Amino acid sequence: MTETVLRRGAERRKSTIDLRALSPFIALVALAIAGALINPDFLTASNILNVVTRSAFIAIIAVGATFVISAGGLDLSVGSMAALTAGVMILTLNSLSGADMSTIAIGMLAALALGAMCGLANGLIVTFGRIEPFIVTLGTMGIFRSLVVWLAAGGTITLRNFELRELYRPVYFGSVFGIPVPIIAFLVVAAIGALILYRTSFGRHVVALGSNEDVARYSGVPIWRVRTLTYVIQGICVGIAVLVYVPRLGSATPTTGLLWELQAITAVVIGGTALKGGVGRVWGTVVGAVILELVANIMVLSNFVSEFLVGAVQGAIIIIAMLVQRSVHRGR
Amino acid sequence: MKAALLKVALATGLMAGVATGATAQQKNVTIAVSIPAATHGWTGGVVYHAQETAKQLEKGYPGLKVIVKTSPDGAAQANALDDLMAQRVDALVVLPFNSDELTDPVREVKKRGTFVTVVDRGLKDPSIQDIYVAGNNAEFGRVAGKYFVDNLKEGNVVVLRGIPTVIDEERVSNFEKALEGSGVKVIDKQYANWNRDDAFKVMQDFLSKHPKLDAVWASDDDMALGVLEAIRQAKREDIKFVLGGAGMKDMIKKVMDSDKMIPANVSYPPSMISTAMGVTAAHFYTNAPMRGTYTLDAQLITKDNAQEHYFPDSPF
Repeated sequence: MTETVLRRGAERRKSTIDLRALSPFIALVALAIAGALINPDFLTASNILNVVTRSAFIAIIAVGATFVISAGGLDLSVGSMAALTAGVMILTLNSLSGADMSTIAIGMLAALALGAMCGLANGLIVTFGRIEPFIVTLGTMGIFRSLVVWLAAGGTITLRNFELRELYRPVYFGSVFGIPVPIIAFLVVAAIGALILYRTSFGRHVVALGSNEDVARYSGVPIWRVRTLTYVIQGICVGIAVLVYVPRLGSATPTTGLLWELQAITAVVIGGTALKGGVGRVWGTVVGAVILELVANIMVLSNFVSEFLVGAVQGAIIIIAMLVQRSVHRGR
Repeated sequence: MKAALLKVALATGLMAGVATGATAQQKNVTIAVSIPAATHGWTGGVVYHAQETAKQLEKGYPGLKVIVKTSPDGAAQANALDDLMAQRVDALVVLPFNSDELTDPVREVKKRGTFVTVVDRGLKDPSIQDIYVAGNNAEFGRVAGKYFVDNLKEGNVVVLRGIPTVIDEERVSNFEKALEGSGVKVIDKQYANWNRDDAFKVMQDFLSKHPKLDAVWASDDDMALGVLEAIRQAKREDIKFVLGGAGMKDMIKKVMDSDKMIPANVSYPPSMISTAMGVTAAHFYTNAPMRGTYTLDAQLITKDNAQEHYFPDSPF
């Protein structure tokens, strides 16, 4: 099975690689046209910027997931990890007294460090424990989630210092040259991610590990290190997403980040990364995240879908978008 | 085991006879409280109030022991009931996860002669309970709707719904019924899952879609906070107010401080667990009749009465 796929992939690579990488963008354009037809307000600059800005968290997390998944792994804990990291970051900010940039910097470092630690824990358990990543991250998902509930005592962790909140707020709501900061953040994360995945030996090791572990091992790829590092990258990405998430509402609750793991995985798959590993497409992932947010936006803007059926229509659109992509790919 | 239970029952009976005297006598009663774990804001409030009330009651009634046990889901709660019964309790105060799953386990408890008080979500068989303390979701929607009719008179409002459940359906349908015949119109509604982030997104989209809105029924305080942030970002001046609900302390504070956007709130107090524990304890220590159904009003909270709904130490 793997062999045929590999061989076919090799034969086709030359003629189709561009088109395959392009298909998420085609789906995006098709959706945008549909949105404009459904409601003219869809194309207003403020709506488009809102939607793309909102997709930043999932996009950034999904860039990390692209590494984990293309190396043949899976991380279900990202949503809970984001909630825990956000909670700890806010508690850190609350415990510091100052309301200046250095305070925020300490909080940011705490978030990034915690994200990396959580990722490292996932990675080490998967590699050294030799347990299926599905099970490991399902376990840590529960652990991280409970820790947030515990830290919040079932309530809400809120950034209490009002000045600090106003100082930090522009990181979500501000913009540079008319582009909202979160969009810049996810473009930068994606660019760095693409650079690492496509232009470094580590990136090639990730893909090699995902397509065939045994071959990779015999070729001298340091499997354990590469695999652990993909989870650490995922953790850091969650940390970065939290840096953009916290200034939005200034709080973390036990429902923060619920089901983000599924959205991130969906974004990765829509973007053209193979769920079984071996292929990674960072830019496709980012587009996938935007597509998900766009579908939700179109649902609210439309007047003819009852609120009871939104979920069904959303699901159908995602499946159709994938079918369109696939047929464009086959057409060649 | 059985003998022990019989002894307790006998002892309780005897004590009850003794306590009919006017003086408060030492009398040993154990009340078990089984509630959902703090998995979101409101249940967090329930846990807080249960623990606070347990302390107060134990101080107020010498000889009273209150055991508070939280469970993360319905099955775990059924197991917890078994464990609690092994500890020989005289009364059970239970806020069931859901009616279907817990009716039979609570019936088993009742069969042992335990006094049963049910809170918020009713059991499928009401003959099991001795006392029922109920929140009122229909009233919650009606009070909110009446507030819009009285204060907005006419205009367009959007509604953010919770998670698709009976609770949400009762609230929203009664809200709409209360608006009937008035000039207030619901022009859009959408589920936002009682979640801040989802409410923020839905409100952003509502604002793109509707160039002119008069007010928002967020139907929940968590959602109201997300709504406020979206309105602030869009710098929209047309929205006169946002009405949340459930009485989160941050929102009550805004009502107390005369925040223009948050002029009022509708209560659905997690402290209803305290009411239930109070009447249950009173059943054992006073002569007043306590059995029956207590329906708590969903109250409109305004600046005038906000103080009595403000619990700064509660997590909710």
